[in-house]
Amino acid sequence: MARKVYVDVLIKQDREGRITPLSITWEDGRVYEIDKITRVCNAASLKAGGAGIRYTCVIRNKETFLFLEDNKWFVESKT
Amino acid sequence: MERSILHADCNKFYASVECLHRPEIRSKPVIVGGDEDLRHGIVLTKNEIASKFGIKTAEPIWQARQKCPDLVVVKPNYPLYLRFSALTREIYADYTDQIEPFGLDECWLDVTGSGIFGNGMTIAEEIRRRVKFELGITVSIGVSYNKIFAKLGSDYKKPDAVTQITKRNFKDIVWPLPAQNLLYVGRSTAARFRSCGIFTIGDIALCTPEYLHMLLGKTGYMYHVFANGLDNEPVSKMGNKAVVKSIGNSSTAPRDLENEQDVKVLMYVLGESVARRMREQGFCCKTVCITVRDNALLRIERQGKLPAYSADTGEITKKAMELFRKNYNWRRPVRSIGISCTDFEQEDFPAQLDLYGCAQRRAKAQRLDKTVDELKERFGNFCVQRGLMLTDRGLSGFNPYSENVIHPIGYFKPQ
Repeated sequence: MARKVYVDVLIKQDREGRITPLSITWEDGRVYEIDKITRVCNAASLKAGGAGIRYTCVIRNKETFLFLEDNKWFVESKT
Repeated sequence: MERSILHADCNKFYASVECLHRPEIRSKPVIVGGDEDLRHGIVLTKNEIASKFGIKTAEPIWQARQKCPDLVVVKPNYPLYLRFSALTREIYADYTDQIEPFGLDECWLDVTGSGIFGNGMTIAEEIRRRVKFELGITVSIGVSYNKIFAKLGSDYKKPDAVTQITKRNFKDIVWPLPAQNLLYVGRSTAARFRSCGIFTIGDIALCTPEYLHMLLGKTGYMYHVFANGLDNEPVSKMGNKAVVKSIGNSSTAPRDLENEQDVKVLMYVLGESVARRMREQGFCCKTVCITVRDNALLRIERQGKLPAYSADTGEITKKAMELFRKNYNWRRPVRSIGISCTDFEQEDFPAQLDLYGCAQRRAKAQRLDKTVDELKERFGNFCVQRGLMLTDRGLSGFNPYSENVIHPIGYFKPQ
C-alpha cells in the first residue's frame, strides 16, 4: 500500500491550454526536476486511492506516476 | 435496423468509490451508511465482503453490525459520488450522445450508430476495461436490442462483466429469471403474479396481454411488452432533461416529533426549501402533498389543492399543516415528514383574480420570498430565518435545499 502525498507542482501551460509539469516539490521542500514525460492518460491510482489524469514522469532515471485529481496533484509514496 | 443498447451499472457504487479512496479498508467489510445520531442510520451500499455477511441494502446499521462486528461504516460523501458519476458519463460520451441516466450509477447508451468503434459487445468491453483502469471502479454492462433486456443483462453477471442478450438467446437467459427481476415488478406485483402461478419472466411472456390486463390493469400490457422484448422506448439524448412534474423534500427528524409545534418547525424548513426550488424553476403549484411516517414506520400520504396557483412559502406550508392536522391522529410520535408540490404552471401564467385583493397580497408575499431567496443565495441559507426556527435549533438546523440529492426517476418520460 502506498501513501497519497499531495505535492506542489511547477507547470507550464501553453497557448493551447496544454499543461506540462516541470518539477515537483516534496513535503520536506526537496525539489525534483521532471526529466521526461512518457505518457499522459486518465487512470486510477489503486495504490494511493484516487483517480485523475496520470502523467508518467521520468525523474532521475526512475519512472513515477504524478496524478492531477480535480485541481490537486499527488504522487504515490512508497513509505 | 436492430438497435444496439447498453445498460451500464456501476457495481456497489458508493462503496466502490470509498474503497478506491481508502486502500486501508479495501480488504474489510465496508458499508456506506447514513448518520446514526441523526437517525438516518441505514445501509446505503455495501462492498462484496460485507455482502458475504448477509448485510442488505436499507437495513439498519445496528442490525448490520450484529451480523458483522468488524464492519467499517463510512459516511456518504455525495460530492465525490457526483464527480465519479460525471466521470463515468464522460467515458460513455466518447461513444454516443444518447446517454440516459437512471440514478447516479446507471445509464442506458444507444450505440446503434457508433459502428466506427465496433459493435455493441466491443464497445461494452472497452467501456468496462476503461472504467476499471481510469476510475478504479467496476461496471457490469448488458448489451441488447431494447432497454429492458439491456438492464437485465447488466444484472445478470456482476461485477466487472458484460452480458449479451440477443433475439436468439433471450428465451434461454431472460425467461428463466424470477418475475421480480423485471423492471417495475415490485413486491406486491410479484405476489399478485405468484398467486396466479406466474413465477418467471417467461411465465409473464407467455400470458396473453388481455389476461395480464385483466390481472393488473393497463400496466399488464406493459409487462407483456417488457417480457417479450418488444419494448421500443428510445434512449434519450444526453442533457435532455425530463419535464419536472413535482418538487419535494423530506427528512427524518433527529428526534421523534411529539407535538404540533415540532411538526410545524420541520414543516417550515421543508416548505421553504420546496417553495424556493419551485421559484427557481419559475413554477407555481396548485397541489400540495404531504407524507408522514410515525415511529412505527407507518406511512400516510395526503394531498390537497390550494385556492390558486402559488409559489409562496407561507401558503404552501400552511396548506401542508392543514393537511397534517386533518389527517394525523397522534397515536404515535412522528418520525419523518415530506412535502411535495405538483400541478405546475409557469409563474407568469395569466391567473384569475378575485375581488378581495388576495392576488395583491400573494404578489407582495412572493416579492418578499424572492428577496429572501436572493439574500440566501448570497449569504447562505441561514442568513434570514423565521423566528419559528429559533424555537428548536436541533430540528431546524439543516438545509434540505443544498442537501437535496436527486434519486432515480421513473422509466417513462412524461409525454
